[in-house]
Amino acid sequence: MRTLRRLLANWLPAYAFLYIAFLYLPVLLLPIFSINTAASPRFPLSGYTLKWYADLPKTPALIDATENSLIVGVAAAILATILGICAARAVTRYRFPGQRAVSGLIMAPLVLPEVIVAIALLIVLLQLGLSLSLFTVVLGHVLICVPYSVSVLISGFEGFDRSLEEASADLGETALGTFRRVTLPMVMPAIISSLLVSFTISLDEFIMAFFLTGTEATLPIYIWGQLRFAAKLPGVLALGTLLLFGSFILLTFAEILRRRAERRTRMTGAALA
Amino acid sequence: MTAAAEGSRPFVAPRARSSRLLQSEAFQGFALISPPFLYALVLLAVPILIVIAHSFWTQNYLTIDRTFTLEQYRIALTEPIYRDLLFRSLYISLVVSITTVVLAYPIAYYISFHGGQHKSLWLFLITIPFWTSYLLRVMSWKVILGYGGVLNSGLMELGIINEPLTSLLYNSNAVIITLTHAWAAFAILPIYVSLEKVDRSLIEAATDLGDGPFRRFLRVTLPLTLPGVISAILIVMIPTVGDFVTPKLVGGKDGVMIANAIQAQFGKAANWPLGAALSVTTLIIVSAMAGITVLIIRTAARFAR
Repeated sequence: MRTLRRLLANWLPAYAFLYIAFLYLPVLLLPIFSINTAASPRFPLSGYTLKWYADLPKTPALIDATENSLIVGVAAAILATILGICAARAVTRYRFPGQRAVSGLIMAPLVLPEVIVAIALLIVLLQLGLSLSLFTVVLGHVLICVPYSVSVLISGFEGFDRSLEEASADLGETALGTFRRVTLPMVMPAIISSLLVSFTISLDEFIMAFFLTGTEATLPIYIWGQLRFAAKLPGVLALGTLLLFGSFILLTFAEILRRRAERRTRMTGAALA
Repeated sequence: MTAAAEGSRPFVAPRARSSRLLQSEAFQGFALISPPFLYALVLLAVPILIVIAHSFWTQNYLTIDRTFTLEQYRIALTEPIYRDLLFRSLYISLVVSITTVVLAYPIAYYISFHGGQHKSLWLFLITIPFWTSYLLRVMSWKVILGYGGVLNSGLMELGIINEPLTSLLYNSNAVIITLTHAWAAFAILPIYVSLEKVDRSLIEAATDLGDGPFRRFLRVTLPLTLPGVISAILIVMIPTVGDFVTPKLVGGKDGVMIANAIQAQFGKAANWPLGAALSVTTLIIVSAMAGITVLIIRTAARFAR
């Protein structure tokens, strides 16, 4: 039994590291091949260059796609977070009939095949006579982002002590005043974290944008177009590397804020208990 | 005067009742959740109902004939091409979901039981790769599995093979590998959450009562984390069936999936009713498959105990 336990204890960490290697292998290839002089991605590297990066700002289509993606990402993040606040607050603060069904519908995009959600939305928008544009992409992205926003916000709202709000109301604050001066400061880190997560999802979202965009391309649509040309691959890899670092910075920030929110709600809860 | 007072009463009562209603917890909760609810209703539930409606219609060139027919379902279920695509998609999403969960369980277990103080760092480390552009992650697998790719050149360098393997890319296995990688975090997180909820004293109790590590795991830990395993399977299996990017980039001819056919009906082929029928069929069959898988897991778990 002791040997088995030792085997198990040694087997797991080794497996964990192998698994992490499996997860990171495709990701690490992006920066490696983005500084390769040859256009075809294979080892050994033929030499080091930054020319693929230098070419990026000289591509007008890429600049347009970046602008479009930023517009869509910011709009989707704000809308999804506003809707997410409503849902997360309602779920953590109130009990009402039909709660499971309602939140089930809101979270449904998480477990539905995205292609089906996208074509359903496409049919409706076209039948309503809306022409496809960045606006329709935003509508789709908000749908996809809300479930993530709700999960992030619920972890920030949970454990939030209701007696703080009651105290504020007893001291004569209006409902709005209580929200602004008591609730909001406590949950602000979770809200910013939700904004960052939603923005990152929108920035990388392809399937919705593929069906719902008109003539304006977002970044993933631009990348999709470039993938057909083997010679364009290093440029795309360079772009991907930049996006990876951008997302990494945003998400590290989001994670720090989320943890701070968690700690803050927990600490005040403990102080009052 | 009394008549006036009595007369005014019916006006007061409803207002009092309505203000009580407005202040009630249920009403406030519902009012608060209604914006996201209405959004999902208008842009998700209604559109899906309209897709279902389309699946019973037919299309003549650009106009849609709204007489009820099951013709599209006949095509979706009996045409060999769609039937094959559907079977292959179900096979791929079944294999992907089971592989992903089996590979994810030990890592979730390791983080939960041996992660110590660095649990959230581990979780963060695991989620990072999933924030890389999805298209580029798929592309990266193409680079790894390709003819002159990383894996082939690595194996040749080591002398394990003499000439590049062509069996790595452009088939359903390439799709399975890529999707298993793509969905890893979605399997790890629910399993981790359920492992965190396991009362550690139950495991100690099992040890005290003489269970070895393997029996202890099978009889205590695994049954208690079954909800996490099941939600991981569902969260991977159902969306996987709808991926058309991975099959298109690494699947080749033999890796095409049903989502590619659906996408074509809303793109070049432009046959919405058929695309709708394919979507509805896929959704129903994959849900049925998910349900059966869950049932089998539950039954197996009961017997294992």
